[in-house]
Amino acid sequence: MCVGIPAQVVELGSSGPHTAIVDVEGAQREVNTVMVDDEGLAVGEWVLLHVGFAMSKIDAAEAAETLAFMRELGSVYDEEIEAFSRDLP
Amino acid sequence: MKYVDEFRDPQAARHLLADIAEAAADQPPRKFMEVCGGHTHAIYRHGIEALLPTSIELIHGPGCPVCVIPMGRVDDAIAVARAEGVTMCCFGDMLRVPGGESTLLEAKARGADVRVVYSPLDALALAERLPDRQVVFLAVGFETTAPSTAVTLLQARERGIENFSVFCNHVTIVPPLKAILDSPGLDLDGFLGPGHVSTVIGTRPYRFVPEQYGRPLVTAGFEPVDILQAVLMLLRQLSEGRCAVENQYRRVVSGDGNDRALALLREVFVVRPHFEWRGLGFIAQSALAVAPEFAPWDAELRFEVPGVRVADPKACQCGEVLKGALRPWECKVFGTACTPETPIGTCMVSSEGACAAYYNYGRYSSRSRIPVSASN
Repeated sequence: MCVGIPAQVVELGSSGPHTAIVDVEGAQREVNTVMVDDEGLAVGEWVLLHVGFAMSKIDAAEAAETLAFMRELGSVYDEEIEAFSRDLP
Repeated sequence: MKYVDEFRDPQAARHLLADIAEAAADQPPRKFMEVCGGHTHAIYRHGIEALLPTSIELIHGPGCPVCVIPMGRVDDAIAVARAEGVTMCCFGDMLRVPGGESTLLEAKARGADVRVVYSPLDALALAERLPDRQVVFLAVGFETTAPSTAVTLLQARERGIENFSVFCNHVTIVPPLKAILDSPGLDLDGFLGPGHVSTVIGTRPYRFVPEQYGRPLVTAGFEPVDILQAVLMLLRQLSEGRCAVENQYRRVVSGDGNDRALALLREVFVVRPHFEWRGLGFIAQSALAVAPEFAPWDAELRFEVPGVRVADPKACQCGEVLKGALRPWECKVFGTACTPETPIGTCMVSSEGACAAYYNYGRYSSRSRIPVSASN
């Protein structure tokens, strides 16, 4: 559960400071960016996402590598995508 | 090497394996522990052990936060979930973790309101939507996850959301490493350090491993070539007589960690004097509790928590597996009484647990001593 998943920033400040809409494999949701905002974040950039929080910025090549790798991981990847796409229970 | 072809960068993997073979040939057999459950999963998934020289053994450590939750804490969570008016929110992999008597999933089946959330912020949003319920977030995880709970608690206070609280089981990575290094009969030559945990804490907190215990540690990414490269870096340190913290995962992990995340942890949590780890026993200063300033949002203060210590089932040898003393398939109940569908021990519950990873992918390992047909 400590493996982050790459997500691309679609919109910044979606619900005020430290919020953003990100895209993971076509699914989108709002996440918290407080832990990366000090580095400056722009639309189109990539972050490693963990439980709804952007944990660190990564470059596009690293994001592509990590996503390709995670698809091979099977269940861990499926669980992350399923969790990411989950609505409020 | 038939599986190397399946790596996305087989060329790089072949080069690394050749270099590893060369480095390993000049030294005695080595045992390296990977601390992170993500590594364990990747190692089994890709059959990495089978590709390494037989003189190198990878030992799977206690780095899966679900696997180290003791049964008594699961019972506590169930007791809170059953309390009048409570909606318990947790991550999906906590549902089937066995407590002394049942799991959260069984409690749910018997009427407790237990819901799976993606993020602690979802639990907070649920509290706002259900003002007549007491919404409790079951917080688990290492330093990777704890800052997210911290932000959620800050938001709860800021927005005055009174029907929300956190049942905190956050743990920290350094104390169990120390406990393993202090255990009698330690037989490890080096460590693969966690990847994403280190984005928060950086690489500095690991310095005690080489400095006090004389073992090298290399923080590593999760791809097969990352893991192979980290193994090579450990072998080279040993052959060159060096012993240091090195960072294979520079593209994501910095030496300093994330200042903002660390500040959040300091603001919202206090270190517990001690905390029980499944299989490892009580470890001093190894876990976080909600700080007194946030007491109104601390589920341990708001609800009756039994706090009864429950001994692990006799047949279960998760503790030995978590310490690396036993390989998953050497446990008496592995694959028979204990399977991912009906886990006895926590290592079989999470897909990052050593036993579940081996159960699902062990067929890729040439060193398996039992035929694993169970995953089909």
